[in-house]
Amino acid sequence: MSVDMVININKNNNNINKNKRGNGNKRKSKDEKVELKTPLKLEDIRKLRCGDVVYISGEVITARDKAHMRFLEYIKDGRELPITLNRAVIYHCGPIVKKNGDWKVISAGPTTSARMNYFTPKILEKVECMAIIGKGGMNQEVVKALKGKGVYLAYTGGAGALSALKIRKVKGVYWQDLGMAEAIWVFEVEKFGPCIVGIDSHGNNLYEKIADEAEKRYKKLVESGLSLL
Amino acid sequence: MEYNEVVNAVIELFWKAETELEEDVVEAIRKAYKKEDNEIAKRFLKSILDNIEVAKNMKLPICQDTGIPVIFVEVGRELCLDFDIKQAIVEGVKIATREIPLRPNAVDPVTRENSGNNIGHYIPYIDMDVVEGDSLKITVFPKGAGSENVSSLKMFLPSQVSEIPRFIVETVKNAGGKPCPPVFVGVGIGTTFDGCAKLAKKALLRKMTEMDEYELEILEAINKLGIGPMGLGGRTTALGVFIEKGHCHTASLPVAVNIQCWANRRATVVLR
Repeated sequence: MSVDMVININKNNNNINKNKRGNGNKRKSKDEKVELKTPLKLEDIRKLRCGDVVYISGEVITARDKAHMRFLEYIKDGRELPITLNRAVIYHCGPIVKKNGDWKVISAGPTTSARMNYFTPKILEKVECMAIIGKGGMNQEVVKALKGKGVYLAYTGGAGALSALKIRKVKGVYWQDLGMAEAIWVFEVEKFGPCIVGIDSHGNNLYEKIADEAEKRYKKLVESGLSLL
Repeated sequence: MEYNEVVNAVIELFWKAETELEEDVVEAIRKAYKKEDNEIAKRFLKSILDNIEVAKNMKLPICQDTGIPVIFVEVGRELCLDFDIKQAIVEGVKIATREIPLRPNAVDPVTRENSGNNIGHYIPYIDMDVVEGDSLKITVFPKGAGSENVSSLKMFLPSQVSEIPRFIVETVKNAGGKPCPPVFVGVGIGTTFDGCAKLAKKALLRKMTEMDEYELEILEAINKLGIGPMGLGGRTTALGVFIEKGHCHTASLPVAVNIQCWANRRATVVLR
């Protein structure tokens, strides 16, 4: 990698940081961490900006493809869900759990959130505020739906063992007919993180900024003769 | 050699692959951590390294997506086996799934019904080859879906050889943060439609710290994209590019790019 490119990458990231704090918010020092407690408070969600480091304490609720599909069915039919989504933290995760008397979480990292793009805005409509933990980011529809009420938090993809250590216990499990990975697990967590704010409640999407930059850099690479390597 | 030896070897290999990354893989991540200066990227890489430690020390699966079981087998041609080796592998996967435990990931592709034990039609996916000698080499390579889903295959024209690097970089660019970058990139060039995909996967079995000049140049180009760990920026988008080639029809040029997340999980044993 050329030195120039390295400098550019860093410059661009700094720009992102500057932009997101451009509206009068005091710049936090780089080691400052935010602890979010459940049930969430809207005012706390609104304070968060892309790039902030967050730890969650309280309850997180796992849900992936099949649980999301069923959420929508329940909402459509006016049926009551077994859990409360309002002011909750949804975790895109299909954990490994083992029953040894009590449930024990073996490994529980995040799954690719983009698969839940379609369902998420319809769920967000129904809540006052919410946080989502996942990996890989979500699309513009979700960014719009999160505006004014929610954040998307990135947890390190693949860090399943580390994550299991932060889960104190399994508080409940619902819809087990969907299978271990797809069921809803309610975890009690303590300082679950570090999570990075990838999409904030002000319409900022760090993933999109990075992807746009990557697209530009890719075009430059192609122009500079990448194909003739 | 007996049936049970193979069953036990497969169970042991899953324990190893799922809980402990090989040193060359960890070394590649450590190097990236040292080089990275983006604050967010460094935090993710630190979590990855911490996770590797925790998984190893506590014998926990590195990632909850314990993958779809892929197994490479090399049978020495002087070896005499009087049992069904495929059955032994299937048995090993079943027991490993229960014992470790692994997440049951195998589903019917259409009904999506989960078999519950990582066994199914053509799963475990077994690649068997006959080689010189009298030993049996088994490599377990559990493949996660996040990275597999953003892999890509293209049938190029024979005149488009120079387009290959662009295709590789483009595949990584399009994947963004979805495959849990930093990724390892396996590339298969040549053979057939299905053959190049297999070569791409086999390329991921190579030593993850040794690349030739062509591979290094492509790696450098990928890392200029700035996608970074988990797609939130930084200089570490890929940790390595590994290319395997095979002869192909004079009228075709198949190329496959198999993306592998940072957790390049593999374990190998040689039985005699």
